[in-house]
Amino acid sequence: MTETRLRSRKSPYPLWFFLPAAAVYGVLFVVPTVSSFWFSLTRWDLSTAEFTGLENFRQFFSEPFLIKALVNTLIYALTTSGLKTICGLLLAVLLSGNIFARGFLRTLVFFPVLVSAIGIGITFSVMMHPTKGIINVMLATLAIPGPGWLTNPALALFSVALVDLWKGVGLATLIFIAGLAAISPDYYEAARIDGATRSQQFWRITLPLVRPATITVITLSLIGGLRSFDLIWAMTRGGPGFSSDVIASVIYKQYQAGFYGLSTAGNVILFALIATIILPLTLWLNRRGAEQ
Amino acid sequence: MKQMRPYASGAIAIALGTVIFVLPFVFIALQAVKSKSEASRLDFTLPEKWLLWDNLAAVFKARDYQLVLAYFNSTLITVVSVTILILFSAMVGYVMQRRRTRWNAVASGALFMGLMMPPAVVPTIGLLQDIGLFKTITGMILIQVAYNLSFSTLLYRSFISTIPRDLDEAALIDGARAWQIFFRVILPLLKPVTVTNIVVQSIAIFNDFTNPLYYLPGKENVTVQLTLYNFQSMYTSQYNLLFMNILLVTVPPLIVFIFFNRQIVAGMTAGAVKG
Repeated sequence: MTETRLRSRKSPYPLWFFLPAAAVYGVLFVVPTVSSFWFSLTRWDLSTAEFTGLENFRQFFSEPFLIKALVNTLIYALTTSGLKTICGLLLAVLLSGNIFARGFLRTLVFFPVLVSAIGIGITFSVMMHPTKGIINVMLATLAIPGPGWLTNPALALFSVALVDLWKGVGLATLIFIAGLAAISPDYYEAARIDGATRSQQFWRITLPLVRPATITVITLSLIGGLRSFDLIWAMTRGGPGFSSDVIASVIYKQYQAGFYGLSTAGNVILFALIATIILPLTLWLNRRGAEQ
Repeated sequence: MKQMRPYASGAIAIALGTVIFVLPFVFIALQAVKSKSEASRLDFTLPEKWLLWDNLAAVFKARDYQLVLAYFNSTLITVVSVTILILFSAMVGYVMQRRRTRWNAVASGALFMGLMMPPAVVPTIGLLQDIGLFKTITGMILIQVAYNLSFSTLLYRSFISTIPRDLDEAALIDGARAWQIFFRVILPLLKPVTVTNIVVQSIAIFNDFTNPLYYLPGKENVTVQLTLYNFQSMYTSQYNLLFMNILLVTVPPLIVFIFFNRQIVAGMTAGAVKG
């Protein structure tokens, strides 16, 4: 009797189910994140930390190559995110239409998403070799002088961004295909009866109605772009010089060099950058979506 | 002429798609079966001599069978962390979806942060050292669990909303305890999303390079992505072996892809659109 009463009072959804996940996440993600704000204010050798105030940040913002990494991070994130959104949408429209070998093409575009960034990075850095790489050899047969994709400081960051597009566009395409499939064909039929052209249908029907997918693609690829490390590291190591360094590669370099406080300050700057870009963007995009 | 246009554009799309997306993989495979001198030319030709088995053996034997150890380590890390991830995130997703408490807001915030924010690497290394898990497989497994929890939990949370509460109540009336409802009734019903989780997370963890680079240095702890990274500097004169290594590292995701194509696609879109 008492047991039944007790059991009926207790929720069948016990809060202790949160505990295992919270323990791992709390210790290995939350604690380091919170303590990083403290360690970023210190000169630190992993055992003793000497408080130096904002010295690390002062150093970060006074070194030209660190400022360059900050700017590169923004350029890289905006370039990859913009390209993935545009190419992903175009590919999705193409691969949702009545096209020959549709399933095969979808598979083709998606497969690079699954391959490791390191493998892809090495492969493309070989294919982008200035004289021997097949990209420039093929361009040469068309009488186009190929550039030094990864050796030209003005170009290296964009070459990596192109490879990032190649690797990641499949995911964007997939999300857009899912978004396009949710649009009712009735809209297109009505538009056709009213005599709308295909480009009118795209701008007036497809683009507004695929909005949730667009928001997802932009947000995901921006976050990925701001944090990206492995492809850049595999292809250029931040070089030539510091021309393709981003915050994530600076964090690694400072860590390798033993400047743990400065490395952690880089991390805090990356947090701040992501928070100031993604939070307002998410709120703004979702509010505009709700108004419509 | 006008009727031909869709076919022409289709043909162009297929040709372009093949060149852009297939050629790099053909290139990897071709270099992997060439001799050292042929591969060093980095060109797009068929090999004069096919050295598939010689190169395969050479890559496996390199540095005292380091690749074999790497496959073992990577598989161990992937299998154990995915198992823990499935269990922990299903439990969190279940209670978050079913029970409305103030802890939900905390959990949602934590999920959002986990998806968005980069981990603070050096403080994490310091912490792992303090608790004696730096440079250990156990530490790496727990890191993978912590970093991938958010995504798995989101997948589970949205899926659990499709399971009727009547089932929980029926089990409760039959006298099941809370943990029995979850493990005997709910968890088996989550199978589709569990498969998605397994596939997506195994690929992500197997392919991970950055985290092993930071948290798992040392040659006895090497993972497959790290062998590739190490071989990159070691094999600059032996492109055939470098590409054989890339080929071998690409094979596991390829197999997973062939068998679970549909689940990957479903999982990626579900997780992405709801995230």
